[in-house]
Amino acid sequence: MEEQDKSPEEVGNEIVEEFSIFEEWLDKYEYLIELGKSLPVIDEKDKVDNNLISGCQSRVWLSCDCHDGRLYFKADSDAIITKGIISLLIRVYNGQTPEAILHSDLSFIDKIGLKDNLSPTRANGLVSMIKQIKIYAVACEVKEQKNNG
Amino acid sequence: MDFWIKYKVCFAIFARYCKQYNLEMETIDQIRADFPALQRKVYGKQLIYFDNAATSQKPLSVLTMQEMMSGEVNANIHRAVHKLSAEATDFYEKGREAVRSFINAPSRENIIFTSGATASLNLVASSFVYKHLGKGDKVLISEAEHHSNIVSWQLACERVGASLAALPVDDRGEISLDKLEQMLNKNVKIVAITHISNVLGVINPIKEVVTIAHAKGIPVVVDGAQGVVHCAVDVQDLDCDCYAFSGHKIYAPTGTGILYGKKNFLEDLPPYMGGGDMVDTVTFEKTTYAELPLKFEAGTPNFAAAACYAPALEYAAQLRLNTEVQENERKQVAYLKRELDMIDGVRIYGMPEDLNKKIPLFSITVEGVHPTDLAQLLDTMGIAVRSGLMCAEPLIRKYSDNGMLRASLAPYNTMEEAEKFITGVKKGISILK
Repeated sequence: MEEQDKSPEEVGNEIVEEFSIFEEWLDKYEYLIELGKSLPVIDEKDKVDNNLISGCQSRVWLSCDCHDGRLYFKADSDAIITKGIISLLIRVYNGQTPEAILHSDLSFIDKIGLKDNLSPTRANGLVSMIKQIKIYAVACEVKEQKNNG
Repeated sequence: MDFWIKYKVCFAIFARYCKQYNLEMETIDQIRADFPALQRKVYGKQLIYFDNAATSQKPLSVLTMQEMMSGEVNANIHRAVHKLSAEATDFYEKGREAVRSFINAPSRENIIFTSGATASLNLVASSFVYKHLGKGDKVLISEAEHHSNIVSWQLACERVGASLAALPVDDRGEISLDKLEQMLNKNVKIVAITHISNVLGVINPIKEVVTIAHAKGIPVVVDGAQGVVHCAVDVQDLDCDCYAFSGHKIYAPTGTGILYGKKNFLEDLPPYMGGGDMVDTVTFEKTTYAELPLKFEAGTPNFAAAACYAPALEYAAQLRLNTEVQENERKQVAYLKRELDMIDGVRIYGMPEDLNKKIPLFSITVEGVHPTDLAQLLDTMGIAVRSGLMCAEPLIRKYSDNGMLRASLAPYNTMEEAEKFITGVKKGISILK
């Protein structure tokens, strides 16, 4: 697991640039699907209800490890486009510090048009995923403070 | 010489075919021109609207009426003596007459305006169960009900200690009348069943259901949300005690619903909501209620939208008389069944042997593909479909954990659109698999 030396915003900007190549919506989705397929799969043992995120039309599992003040995520979904969306979030957040995650600006989601294009249920799913990631970040921060204290 | 005769015959057949084809195209094109939403593009693609079972698009005549009612004729109904109020009341009652005539109800007293099929079903469930059901009693529904015909009864049953029983549907999406007969025991106090399931698109034999239930003295409530759109409903012929539907699925504005009920049945029910317009005299000790239908129309109703039943149902009635539209619908059913069957991994839910019992509504699953993913890709191609549990969770869960994808067509949808849908589904699957 590698520490991330770029900020969430910098990674977000990279993503915006990649998506700007595609003019057609279908092509953007095809790219998202490719990303979804290459998402490191969560261990089967972690696909438990505790890791299930509510508020999505499809099922999404998200697990998190907290090492040396950095967070590392794994996720899965039974819908491939959702997997693509999570893979973007993981790319932005993996190896970041809790502080960077909690103060991150996620405007890249708007910039690539994902928020507009997703159905409200899906959009809620996205919101739920981000919320869960932030909850993990708070938990990691607390754990670090305990270790240091 | 022979050659020329053959040539002329071939040409004549070809010309006739072209004429027929053009005529059909012309008719549907003219219909399409009446619907502003169908002129839209989404993501730069011409919109193909295949989510008609959720709500229909609205023709210009309805939109004009809606604007007029909210604009120049706006006044509260059944109350004031002034001109505007009288006009608004008149339009409201004309809307009621349009509904009465459309479903051949005996009188205006049988037609209650509500906010939708859901409100209609909740009204009956709440009022009926409260008065007629007790501990251990049953409400018989079918397995293929929309949540509005499940949860409404469940809520009411919980209050009195009654419960639901569900008549199964077979793999073709059909109910068994023998099974119905068996399940109608002495505990069953009412049958609440859909005319056409919003997932299966199969026409249930309501008339037979009513005959069987009535023979045992059990009343029948029909959820006609999809039925009224696709069948020529004659409530006197069906003989059902209630028939509930939404206006917005049949060209009327959103927020409109109807509860048809037999006079005796409705008179026997206690009012559902209290308020203005539903009363005769009010004192702090005792209130007497207004006559039907106002007894069930407490408060200011959505009169602007209810008035629109007149143009909406006139439009629906005209489409029903249009043989080309009817023919087009039968062709679309046959075409979609054939083409979807040929796609590897696709399963259609609700496929009766007799295709005349199937409306142009197809719910499918694709092996190895999440229906929401496919719906999302179709959306980018400009094709609007539904995905998920479609407010019929018990039925969908019986077949699929991930939900289904549904395409539901209306008279303004063309064969060309159906072809594009099939191409889109194939393309989507190839990307997702």
